[in-house]
Formats: sequence, structure tokens, C-alpha cells
Amino acid sequence: MSADLSVILPEIALSVFAMAGLLWGAYTGKDRSAPMLLWATVAAFLALALWIGLNGDGTQRAFGGMFVDDAFARFAKVAILVSAAAVLLMGEGYMARRGILKFEYPVLIALSVVGMMVMVSASDLIVLYMGLELQSLALYVIAAIRRDSARSTEAGLKYFVLGALSSGLLLYGASLTYGFAGTTQFAGIVAAAGGAEHLPLGLLLGLAFLFTGLAFKVSAVPFHMWTPDVYEGAPTPVTAFFATAPKIAAMALFARVAHDAFGGATRDWGQIVAFLAVASMFLGSIAAIGQRNIKRLMAYSSIGHMGFALIGLAAGTAQGVSAMLVYMAIYVAMNIGTFAFILSMEKDGRPVTDIASLNQYARREPTKALAMLVLLFSLAGVPPLLGFFAKFAVLAAAVHAGMTWLAVAGVIASVIGAFYYLRIVYFIYFGDEREPLDPVRSPVLSGLLIASALVMVLGVANLFGVDVQAAVAAEALVR
Amino acid sequence: MIGLTHYLTVAAALFVIGIFGIFLNRKNVIVILMSIELMLLAVNINLVAFSAFLNDLTGQVFTMFVLTVAAAEAAIGLAILVTFFRNRGTIDVEDVNVMKG
Repeated sequence: MSADLSVILPEIALSVFAMAGLLWGAYTGKDRSAPMLLWATVAAFLALALWIGLNGDGTQRAFGGMFVDDAFARFAKVAILVSAAAVLLMGEGYMARRGILKFEYPVLIALSVVGMMVMVSASDLIVLYMGLELQSLALYVIAAIRRDSARSTEAGLKYFVLGALSSGLLLYGASLTYGFAGTTQFAGIVAAAGGAEHLPLGLLLGLAFLFTGLAFKVSAVPFHMWTPDVYEGAPTPVTAFFATAPKIAAMALFARVAHDAFGGATRDWGQIVAFLAVASMFLGSIAAIGQRNIKRLMAYSSIGHMGFALIGLAAGTAQGVSAMLVYMAIYVAMNIGTFAFILSMEKDGRPVTDIASLNQYARREPTKALAMLVLLFSLAGVPPLLGFFAKFAVLAAAVHAGMTWLAVAGVIASVIGAFYYLRIVYFIYFGDEREPLDPVRSPVLSGLLIASALVMVLGVANLFGVDVQAAVAAEALVR
Repeated sequence: MIGLTHYLTVAAALFVIGIFGIFLNRKNVIVILMSIELMLLAVNINLVAFSAFLNDLTGQVFTMFVLTVAAAEAAIGLAILVTFFRNRGTIDVEDVNVMKG
């Protein structure tokens, strides 16, 4: 029993921290303490990331195989914790100036991170569901955290309705899987599914519903319709959070279910995932072209990027999973820098999201404009920046798995997608003269923006060893 | 004799009614919340039927978790709906349209 508890100690520690923060905030009753709680949460995230990253080794199972701590889970957890800490940090100034830095904000983020950590470690359908719901319920509230704004509450409402629908679909799939496999444990499902050329019909139905629910959570086309509205309506720091940590968690969970529970049926789900990937890449690239609002544009950008990450999963190999993890890590690093820039876009103290307001930005802030240029080129996948290597890894995995057509589709989609990133670059460097944006005061935002751009340039040398870690993680998952 | 198939059929019918309730309903967000509840309860019928059929308690344990989460989900959904109502003065589905999409 105590051995079981020691496996989930990081999750328990973070839950206790969140509860304590909630009690403390409720008893002192003031949002004055919110900045301090936020900093404490950031510190807790970073400490846990260090703990998980340095301590764990091997594969440990707990609670009769319901919960697993392996290299794959640790990779995802470290990425989740670090990105959540960075996003929390950079949103503080924005939230404080608009009076929405309530003490609930860091607590809810901490709870959703607990949910994500449980998700990536799930090895049983019940644990999967509980982790997913803990994450989702916290995220619904965070989306609507600006209670007096029609947009924010509408974003929360839309996210809630479609999120609940996707949970329902996922749950229906889970119930069918349980019924036809006779167990909720992933190991048992693999055993029930294994051997045959194709999955039995009941399990295939369960798989389809499970994947539909998961596709909602990673916002893959055709289950993406909530993404642009939620990204636009939620306060920008919240949008930045939605675009990073939950995406890693959902993608890792997707890989976990696909390989751990349905590992023997790669041929059955490979086609489904390949379809999701192609549809997401093309819709993300084409629909973003018409967007003027940078938050909406980033929503379509994230849909497209999820499509690329899904290519790695569709390959169905350890190389593919490793490429997917590298892709997600690089994607999150790029997004943190980009959102640090978006958070700093203000005119007369009010946030602006129109991309035309960036006209001739480079004339006034050459360094930040250059950093943004690097990030946008990296998002578009222009060599020799890190974003190119991310795309290259997933495309190579697809080619190795014999899915050349998928790689070709990826290349075409990325060329189309480059257009809208380059248009932002055009606005920053050329465009008409307009009223300038306010100068960036926050050292945190400028620091994260420039650090993220530097990572995109310097990471080319050895990817900071992330690819080695990702390969180890993928080996732990795909056997 | 009522067998597993009957239960699964009822659950599937309820589930589909729930999904249609979300997409075809043009009136009221409360109806959407009811539809979500219907979907989750259909899943519970599935789980309990399988649990009895397989002689395995896991399904019933799963049902307890689903019921608990469904309660929390309804609470959060209603809370978000209340804040939405305060801002807009309406809970008609057609009025959830500040952002297009």
C-alpha cells in the first residue's frame, strides 16, 4: 500500500498544495494574497518537475496496475509542469492589471495540472476518466474566470457544453470497451484485442468512441469547433494555458490509449488517426488565412500543429511516438514565446488582438520584432529553426512506417500554413504606419519571448537532449 | 427474458437522444445540460448491464465514479450558466453568439 502511494506521491503533493491554497484563500478571504499564491504555485510546479525528472527510473505500477509511472509519463509530466509554470508566470501582470487575479486562478490551474498528471499516468479506463474530468472541470471554470465579461463566460459555456459532450462520447466508448474486453485495465484490453487480424466489432466501436472523445480534447478536425471561440473569448493568459499544458496531456493520453490499450490493433486505429491528422493540418492551415484576431489565428495554428503531432501517432511505431513527443515539446516552447508576445500587445493599457495593429512594430522594438520573427518562422517550419526539425521528425516517422502519402500531405499543409505566419511578419516589418502599441514594460514577458526565440535558434545544435529523452519515453510506451 | 442486448439497446437509444438533444435543440441551454445528463446515465446503464453480465464489480464501481463526476459537472455547468445569464440576460441557445463560429 505504501509502495502504491509512493508512486503517486507527486500527484498527492500537488493536490494537497492546491487544497491548502484553497483553504488559505477562503479563510483570508482576500484576493490580495493571489500574487503570492501564484508564485508559490509556480515554485511548486518547478520543484515537482525537478523531482519527477531526476528521481524516477524504470516502470512502476500502482493500485493493481491502474496507475503507471514510466518514462513516457515522466516526460509528459515534466513538460506539463514546466509549461504550466511558464504560462502562470507570464499571465500574472495581465491578470493583476485587469483585476481578475483571484486566488482561485492558481488553485484551479494546480488542480487541472493534477488532472493532467493523472491522465498521462492512467493505465485503466476509470483512472483515465477521473484524470480527464479533473482537468476538464477546472479548465471550464478557468475559461469563464472573467465573470463580468460576456465573451469570457460565453467561452466557458461553449467549452463546457462541447467538453461535456466529448466526455460523454469517451465514456460511452469506455463502457463498450469494458463490456467487450471484460476489464477496464489497459493490459487486459490489449490481451482481449490481441491475436486477431482485426478488432472484434464491439471493441472497434469502443475504440471509435474513445478516439472521438480524445480528438475533441486535442481539438483535432472534425471535433475542433470549440477551439477558436474558446481561444478568443478566454482571457489571454488562459488562452496561453489552453494552448500548452492541456495539449501535451491530451496528446500523451491519446498515445497512451492507442498503444497501451489498443497496441495490437495499430492497423485499425492508424487509419482513423491519419484521417484526423490530415483534416486538422489542412483545416488549420486554410481557415487561419482569413483570421484578423491573433488569438483566433493561434487557435487555428494549434489545430494545425495538433495535426502534425498526430502524424507521429498515426505512424504507430516507437519512432512515431518519440517524434510526437519532440513535436509537442517544441510546439509548447514556441507557443510560450508567442503568447508572451501576444500578452504584451496593448494600446493605451487595453489589450489588442488585431494583427493589423502590429504594423511597423519592428521600427520601434527591433529586438522583440526579431524574436517574434524567429518564432513565427519556427511555427511555420522554416529551416534551420527548431520548428523545422519538429516537422521533419514526424514526417520521417511517417515515411519509415510506410505512410509516404501522409508525409506528402504534411508538407503541402505546412507550405499553405506558412502563408499566414509570414503575413504577420509582413505586418511587423512593413505595413502601413498606424498608432503604435504601448512599449512592453514587463521584464517577464520580454524575457520569455527572447528566451523562447533563442531556444528556437540554439536548440538546433542538439535539441537540448529532448530527442534522447523522448526516444526513451517512446520505448517505455511502445513494446 | 430480458438479456444484455435489451439493456444495450435502451442505453444506445438514450445516448443518441442525448446527442440529438444537444445538436437539434434551439431553445434553451438548460435542455443541453439535461441532454448531457441523459448521455451519462445511458453510459451508466451500459456499465451496470455489462457488470451484471460479466459477473464483475468493476463496472459498478465505474458507475459510482461517473455519477459523482456527473453531479460535479452539472454544478459547474449551472454555475457558468448563471454567470452567462448575468452578463447577457438570456439563456437562449441562439443568443450564445458574441463570437462567431
